[in-house]
Amino acid sequence: MPARPSLTLGPLLFNWPADKWSDFYARIADEAEVDRVVLGEVVCSKRSPFCEDRIGAAVERLQKAGKEVLLASLVLVTLPRERKAMKELAEGAELPVEINDFTMLRYLEPGAPFAAGPLVNVYNEGTLAWLAGRGAKLVCLPPELPIASVTALAKAGGAAGIDTEVWAFGRVPLAISGRCYHARIHGLSKDSCQFVCGEDLDGLRVATLDGEDFLAVNGVQTMSFTHASVLGELDALKAAGVTSFRLSPHDCDMVAVAGLFRERLEEKLDAEEAVTRLGMLLPEARFSNGFLFGDYGAEMVERAQRQVA
Amino acid sequence: MERLELVCPAGTPAALRAAVDAGADTIYCGFRDETNARNFPGLNFSREEMEEGVRYAHKAGVKLLVAINTFPRAGAPEKWRAAVDDAARFGADAVILADLGLLAYAADKHPGLRRHLSVQAAAANADAINFYVDTFGVKRVVLPRVLTVQEISAINRQIGCETEVFVFGGLCVMAEGRCALSAYATGRSPDMNGACSPASHVVYREEGTDLVSRLGPFTINRVKRGAPAPYPTLCKGCFSAGEYRGHVFEDPVSLDAATLIAEFAKAGVTALKIEGRQRSRSYTQAVVRSFRKAVEAEAAGLPIMANELQRLTEGQTTTAGAYAKTWR
Repeated sequence: MPARPSLTLGPLLFNWPADKWSDFYARIADEAEVDRVVLGEVVCSKRSPFCEDRIGAAVERLQKAGKEVLLASLVLVTLPRERKAMKELAEGAELPVEINDFTMLRYLEPGAPFAAGPLVNVYNEGTLAWLAGRGAKLVCLPPELPIASVTALAKAGGAAGIDTEVWAFGRVPLAISGRCYHARIHGLSKDSCQFVCGEDLDGLRVATLDGEDFLAVNGVQTMSFTHASVLGELDALKAAGVTSFRLSPHDCDMVAVAGLFRERLEEKLDAEEAVTRLGMLLPEARFSNGFLFGDYGAEMVERAQRQVA
Repeated sequence: MERLELVCPAGTPAALRAAVDAGADTIYCGFRDETNARNFPGLNFSREEMEEGVRYAHKAGVKLLVAINTFPRAGAPEKWRAAVDDAARFGADAVILADLGLLAYAADKHPGLRRHLSVQAAAANADAINFYVDTFGVKRVVLPRVLTVQEISAINRQIGCETEVFVFGGLCVMAEGRCALSAYATGRSPDMNGACSPASHVVYREEGTDLVSRLGPFTINRVKRGAPAPYPTLCKGCFSAGEYRGHVFEDPVSLDAATLIAEFAKAGVTALKIEGRQRSRSYTQAVVRSFRKAVEAEAAGLPIMANELQRLTEGQTTTAGAYAKTWR
């Protein structure tokens, strides 16, 4: 197990304007205390052209800053042009790929190093070991897994000599569809969507008819309304053998978010103080850790409560 | 051209016998535990029932497939492996699997047992399918309900195995096997527990003139008292988003692709799948009979009658779902 747990900045899941995208990654390169950055469009291939020509410069700047860079694959691959793009990503890239769909295993040379993202199904040791044998160096576990499963999988990851990562910050991707909900909500078809998903930089809130915050729509993806956060639980997760933590980009001060996780991992900040500061950074957000520690995903289980239990 | 194979659900031994007698070519069912994606109380087969079910089906010349299509829990692979071992021991014609590790186990331990790829594996293109064919010797893939008929046709020209498509029953609007919505509200999910929006977490309550249905801590539907109250399946609920108020994800419709049978045949599909292991024996019987007629009509080049089964469908309205591109 590596002595120092690492921080991964996951791929941006939202549709941001290209200039905002470039500025974001420039600042991450220069200022954010993350070890690893995953770049590229994951959610919708229609968005891919917007930032495609910006990726090269971002990679260079991130690498110069000493960060490891991976390229993300699409989560749902159906169209011929999507298959072609994914094949080229696997075969042409000088950088390792983070796979978000098992289609990529068709294209990657057996033994070539890759990472398994949180959107592929790694629920048990058998699958984790199989992927490690195939070349996986890091597995970010599905966010719906409870702590008992994470503990078992982190142990298997340790035995296989690979990093085991958990979803540590950000709205949780819960589902993917062939249908675009942003388009549907705006009365548009997917083919003429006008890229309305770009209006919501953190996704569009879905509330119940009783006004309860529930979900967030991000094009063809459905996410949690809550921001998952394990900032208060890093000690428990480290003890479980987790070696890496994933921060998912949002339209907030991600440099500061990464800073809080880093300080906490290095135990320069106590958990309660860190959690308080995160709340101040995102005053509108509601947080959850229920997938790991609660009865259901949307729940926020307070530390004190759990220590008693 | 060969007749399309009709693959029918059986949640109980009684439904299995009804489906066999009503003209199923193939039955699929699961063991009574979390190894299958319809892990509902009172449903599914004990070991003895499964063994007897295989015997009953085989006597009638009908095949039996065992769905072991949830993702084994970390730390407890034995239950899932035992399900594969027992399916092989009872002489099942195939197992329907979704998990990579379990596919590897089955291919290694039971090379002679036919392996089908569950819709839960979400293999949505020819390259993904061929990965499973080449790596684990998969003989048939159940296609995700995110593809159009045209896309299915293209896939069939490019893969080294058979395809099976859903034609009738409940309709997942999300890619199956990749959905944690239910877990977000209830802690129980299709992938981990074989359950979506489970009844154990449903509460109906009257508020003034409304009937409210809730799943876990969230309101899924609110209808006037006396109006038909749909079951609060999370993705079929009524919500608000921006200015929009309504069925954000999907209307409470179910799939009926009977009129597309001829197109599926032309697209090179091998088998038609009816959803609904959780449904009653009489439902199974009626649906199987109707689709038997439709498949025979197609094989004889006759037109297929639409909407014959409408009274059996949830919410009384049906859709061809993703098979028509406009659905997206």
